[in-house]
Amino acid sequence: MTDPLLRLSGLTKAYPGVVANCDVSFDIGKGEVHALLGENGAGKSTLVKTIYGLVRPDSGSMTLEGQPFQPAEPRAARAAGVAMVFQHFSLFDALNVAENIALGMENPPPQNAVAAQVRAVSDQYGLPLDPTRIVGELSAGERQRVEIIRCLLQDPKLLIMDEPTSVLTPQEVAILFETLRKLSAEGTAILYISHKLEEIRSLCDNATVLRLGQVVGTCDPRATSARDMAELMVGSVLHVPQKADRPAGDIILSLDGLSAKAPHQFGTALRDITLEVRKGEVLGIGGVAGNGQDELVAALSGEMRTGAGMIRFKGDSIGQLPPNARRKIGLLAAPEERMGHAAAPDMSLTENAIMTAMTRQKLTSRGFVHWAKARRFAQGVITAFDVRTQGPQNTARSLSGGNLQKFVIGREIMQDPDLLVVNQPTWGVDASAAAAIRQALLDLAAKGAAVICISQDLDELMEISDRFAALNEGRLSSPRPAAGLTVEEIGLMLGGAHDMEVAHVDV
Amino acid sequence: MDLSSINPVLLFASLMVAATPILLAAIGELAVERAGVLNLGVEGMMITGAVCGFIVAVNTGSPWLGFVGAAVGGAMLALLFGLLTQVLLSNQVATGLALTLFGLGLSALMGQGYIGIKAPGFPDWHIPLLGDIPVIGPIVFQHDPMVYMGLALVGAVWAFLKYSRTGLILRAVGENHEAAHALGYHVIRVRVLAIMFGGACAGLGGAYLSLVRVPQWTEGMTAGAGWIALAIVVFASWKPARLLLGAYLFGGVTVLQLNLQAAGLAIPVEYLSMSPYLATIAVLVIMRAGRAPGSLGQSFHASR
Repeated sequence: MTDPLLRLSGLTKAYPGVVANCDVSFDIGKGEVHALLGENGAGKSTLVKTIYGLVRPDSGSMTLEGQPFQPAEPRAARAAGVAMVFQHFSLFDALNVAENIALGMENPPPQNAVAAQVRAVSDQYGLPLDPTRIVGELSAGERQRVEIIRCLLQDPKLLIMDEPTSVLTPQEVAILFETLRKLSAEGTAILYISHKLEEIRSLCDNATVLRLGQVVGTCDPRATSARDMAELMVGSVLHVPQKADRPAGDIILSLDGLSAKAPHQFGTALRDITLEVRKGEVLGIGGVAGNGQDELVAALSGEMRTGAGMIRFKGDSIGQLPPNARRKIGLLAAPEERMGHAAAPDMSLTENAIMTAMTRQKLTSRGFVHWAKARRFAQGVITAFDVRTQGPQNTARSLSGGNLQKFVIGREIMQDPDLLVVNQPTWGVDASAAAAIRQALLDLAAKGAAVICISQDLDELMEISDRFAALNEGRLSSPRPAAGLTVEEIGLMLGGAHDMEVAHVDV
Repeated sequence: MDLSSINPVLLFASLMVAATPILLAAIGELAVERAGVLNLGVEGMMITGAVCGFIVAVNTGSPWLGFVGAAVGGAMLALLFGLLTQVLLSNQVATGLALTLFGLGLSALMGQGYIGIKAPGFPDWHIPLLGDIPVIGPIVFQHDPMVYMGLALVGAVWAFLKYSRTGLILRAVGENHEAAHALGYHVIRVRVLAIMFGGACAGLGGAYLSLVRVPQWTEGMTAGAGWIALAIVVFASWKPARLLLGAYLFGGVTVLQLNLQAAGLAIPVEYLSMSPYLATIAVLVIMRAGRAPGSLGQSFHASR
């Protein structure tokens, strides 16, 4: 490629106390699928925000098709032909699909013309979507289609995708990849950010690896193993979690026809979930977001009460017990949203530790807090789980996502639960931290505790689960041994793919 | 007690008049809240509008200029709220409450030389033909222009939110300000403009009290109408059409209780006086409020 579509030269951006990008340079050619790799905090987001006009670089320059390119705001970037699909969807729940798409367009036509265009593009690329539906009611995969179609309607020259597959089923990923390959064949360049190295190997032509804001290497992902790429990202040898063989113990938790109404408008009702979990096993529960994961965690943790007999723990009915009573008898949970749900952002790590550990660790007596004991406990979590922070007096907000995740999972594991329920334990966490968290879950199970791991990351579930079940529209499939399950079988269990087809390429 | 002294035609006709100040203030606040800002200072902006409108109308002799002055006065006070909450990122609830107290004090100060003066008259329109229809004519078509202005404003806000591009952007900003910012919309600019519109509407509502309904200036004359307007926005689930219903319901109970007082209903007057507020509370409890705009009441700061 002689004349690249986009050339980045020496981009540098510093924030107070941290250099997010340092002298970053690389080229993206026309129609090229270019991967951008790096751990959390490596500077990938800052870099794509620079290209999309949300961040202004301190120094360095960009050229687009040979012309100087310095977008002052996203509007200018869009006008120049750069489109972006965000990691956390930039959609408006209460508006319908056509309105959401019109908001991302310059000079959009009237609403019904937008709707017609949406239908045309969704047909062309095999992304079925009804323009009149309210976005808050769509599945994660459908919501992503809204974002993609919003980008495609602008005829972009460069499409930036930030972690697009983290919430999709394997079938949805296949559809997405077909769409992306088709776009690439039509000459659209794609800058693709993902933690999932196998996906990058199957999709991308080139890869640039960032570490601590600097380009540390480029590679041809088709010719490089996932392990080598991961080690290039981390800068050290990667530890892969080891699963020890262990005999299944007695039944510790049984769910008997667990049903619950949806707690709020965009929630999911739980429908007749029956399940047994044994000591020493890791039960993986897969499913696309919004199929009842949050509700199931809430029912198990005690945030949402259910009929008493629907949940039995060590033989006792506990459906009506509140969270602290469940913690006392050994049932702990770590919810998905770490900031604001698992941890209070503006409170210190010590205070956050007290929140869930006061019962089992006896951090309070007669209504008073044992501060010294609580600090020791928080420090213990920080040490044991390699949480990178100056100390337990720091606020939860000051930690990066991966570090806070290690803390909230570690806080529960250090309390010696008999059953631990975790939801998305490694969401948005980089490879080495994710491996550490998975290993900790496996170690917990090896000590004889049961673990229920709810996740959308199937690779993760296959890595640590003994048995696997799928959650779909609030119903749980019957669990199957995880060993030997193929990706296709799992996809069918997840069942989220019934209304989809693979893109048919019109030539 | 003599219920026959209540004339149903007059009752319904005065219902539209009684509802107008609340309707004006509430439609402005609805636009503000759809943009994601909770401005609890409606009462303060209303009373400031009432006194500004009164002063301008008395000094110029023109009620029309009075209403313009009221809108400007309300909008200026709202702009203060906008600067504090949007630029300086102060807490919206506390600032809104302070704005109400400030507006009550400021208006009392401004209105000192105007107590006991009568405002210039604002004649009712007698709409030809339509106004002559029996029963319906006197109820609907024989009012002052501001009644129709209020109705037109509700229709305009409804159409603006539903059909216009700017209205869509305003709703998007209120629904998810982070996403709107990521798409390149100016969250703070949209919000400040919405806040000023809300202030202008509240000012009009206040001036309707001091120039048409009463019509003279008294300290604290809004007497909680701004709070009712806030409640009606929630009651209406942030939808303009239901706002109209809510304002008329409140106006209806208000004039009914006045008529019952006049008819000498044998219960203490205080119960009758509190009845519109009780009715509002009861309706708010019974009606399930719809979904509030997603970013309502949250401060926005483009940090990253």
